[in-house]
Amino acid sequence: MDVSDAVIKLDQVKISIADQWVHQGINFEVKRGEIVAIAGSSGSGKSTILREILLLLIPTSGTIEVFGQDINKLSPSGILSIQRRWGVLFQQSALFTSLTVLENIAFPLHEHTKLDKKTIKELALLKLLAVGLPLASAIKYPSELSGGMLKRAALARALIMDPELLLLDEPTAELDPQGAEAFDELLLNLRAILDLTILLVTHDLDTLWQTTDKVAFLSEGRVLAFAPIAQLTQSTEPAIRAYFQGRRGRATQQLYGKHHGI
Amino acid sequence: MSHLSIASLSFSPGIQKNKLLCKGNWTLTGINKKALTRAFMAFLAGIENDTRKNEDQHRNNRENIFPLILDASAITAMDTSGAWQLYQWINQLSQQGAQVSLRGLSEKYNVLFTDIQKTAKQLQTLPKRQEYQGLALFGKKIVDQLLETQSFLRFIGKIFINSLTIFPHPKQLRFSVLVSVIENTGFSALGIIALLSFMIGIVLTYQMGLQLKNYGASLFIIDLLGLSILREFAPLLTAIMVAGRSGSAFTAQLGMMKLKEEIDALNTMGVLPNQLLIFPRILGLTIALPLLTVWADIFGILGGMAMTHNMLHIGYIDFLYHFPKVVQLSSLLIGIGKAPVFALIIASIACFQGLRVKGGADSVGKQTTRSVVQAIFFIIVADALFSILFSTLDI
Repeated sequence: MDVSDAVIKLDQVKISIADQWVHQGINFEVKRGEIVAIAGSSGSGKSTILREILLLLIPTSGTIEVFGQDINKLSPSGILSIQRRWGVLFQQSALFTSLTVLENIAFPLHEHTKLDKKTIKELALLKLLAVGLPLASAIKYPSELSGGMLKRAALARALIMDPELLLLDEPTAELDPQGAEAFDELLLNLRAILDLTILLVTHDLDTLWQTTDKVAFLSEGRVLAFAPIAQLTQSTEPAIRAYFQGRRGRATQQLYGKHHGI
Repeated sequence: MSHLSIASLSFSPGIQKNKLLCKGNWTLTGINKKALTRAFMAFLAGIENDTRKNEDQHRNNRENIFPLILDASAITAMDTSGAWQLYQWINQLSQQGAQVSLRGLSEKYNVLFTDIQKTAKQLQTLPKRQEYQGLALFGKKIVDQLLETQSFLRFIGKIFINSLTIFPHPKQLRFSVLVSVIENTGFSALGIIALLSFMIGIVLTYQMGLQLKNYGASLFIIDLLGLSILREFAPLLTAIMVAGRSGSAFTAQLGMMKLKEEIDALNTMGVLPNQLLIFPRILGLTIALPLLTVWADIFGILGGMAMTHNMLHIGYIDFLYHFPKVVQLSSLLIGIGKAPVFALIIASIACFQGLRVKGGADSVGKQTTRSVVQAIFFIIVADALFSILFSTLDI
């Protein structure tokens, strides 16, 4: 069991993909119970970080620790025990098209627990309702759902094992404003209830202001700044200024800034 | 958070026998449902016994059980599954009329528990997916098949009309697409087709040669080989190979394009998918397949020739000298003539099935299977029809 409270720790992570250095030394850490966002303009390698943490990409150099263990040096069983402790929401939802929504949500339970079928079904239904999906959607196939509902179903699947760590890739990108707001609230609720640590990649300024404790701003393969959003918006760094001082950035700052003392 | 202690129950039969102490990790990994249920049942049975002893009336319904207390103060960790277990017990008991109170749950877990309580109220039995069974399923399949046939005919008609508009304006023909289709379906298949036909030549000679040798009619192997390879085996096997190779590729590719809305994008830009995607594929394959058939003819005969030389000791020169004398040109032409028809069958079915993909990856698989199976089926049907036709025409 790890004693340090850093759930994720990246140390000098570099990666070159197709002869291009996507990351040139990424450092940051996410502490237990924090909600940390990775922001930055398109193509700055935000999703790549997530993929490295998820072991879908192996960094060229540097270490990534999850729950205090260097994931690139773990045995398969060690990896599995970590995989049971995180939940992942992919950008395109990545629900299995051949399974119904309920079967999708229940899938990790079937794979990783010895619960009986009835309990699994009940737990899956609870999660389905908890993310705000109607009961009738349980028997539908992913192709019969709208984009927003797919996201919710995928979130329910990510949460079914009650993970300690939740990794989200652009969770609010396809949601309507109402849905996005509900999603933000859901995240805060989940953290309060389940002691969740959340790392998310997002462009959504509202989500950044409303949910995050810290934001890692990525530019040119490095973390340009790692600070609470309120501090980040005051940065004089040109890339960060350009990102946050556009019309949208200023509008959200006016809206939320007061609570943060700006 | 420790993963060491498992969820357990404890109760003391003496004092406070109505109190159940929940201990340990009430999580997915900590709960052993069977053991936990057993302990809970034992607890209930104990209380029931007590009640019976104490009360004269021997009532064994639980209505009169004194209030039960679930003490959760020793729970070290709880997740949804743990909360759900507690909720179910409480729910079950209170439905039987017992008074149950949950105490000592830490504030954090209490939030989780009330959350579960709230969500559980919305739980209902799931509606069933409408599924056809028996006769209805049979009927639905037939209707689906008819509808598919109808839309296939409409598809063919549309392609035909579109192709008519192309002929007066050859510039509308996407030449580069056409060339790449010919390259992918024809040129890159040369190796496998050559190998396949060579081996078929060997197999045929081996099987037929043995029989002919018995009768001392070894020289007839040339007639037999020429007729069977040129007329039947080369066109048929090439077509089946291409159906598996290129037909499936067409379906999967168009299917993914459909799923990713690429086909819709083309439509909105005023580019007909029929013109850009479908027609070049059909035309390309119609050009490539006869050429591949000639290629298969050559290698089939070569394979047969090699085997004849080895087994029946007929020299290469003899073989080639006799070949044009005993094998008619019509055999070759009939074989090659069948190829464009097969190509039309493969390409039109493959494209049609590709455009029918909807939903997700599952559907791509299903339509690709349908595409290959239907193509091969109709190739063989067409071949049978050709045989009947040619025999009535006496060719």
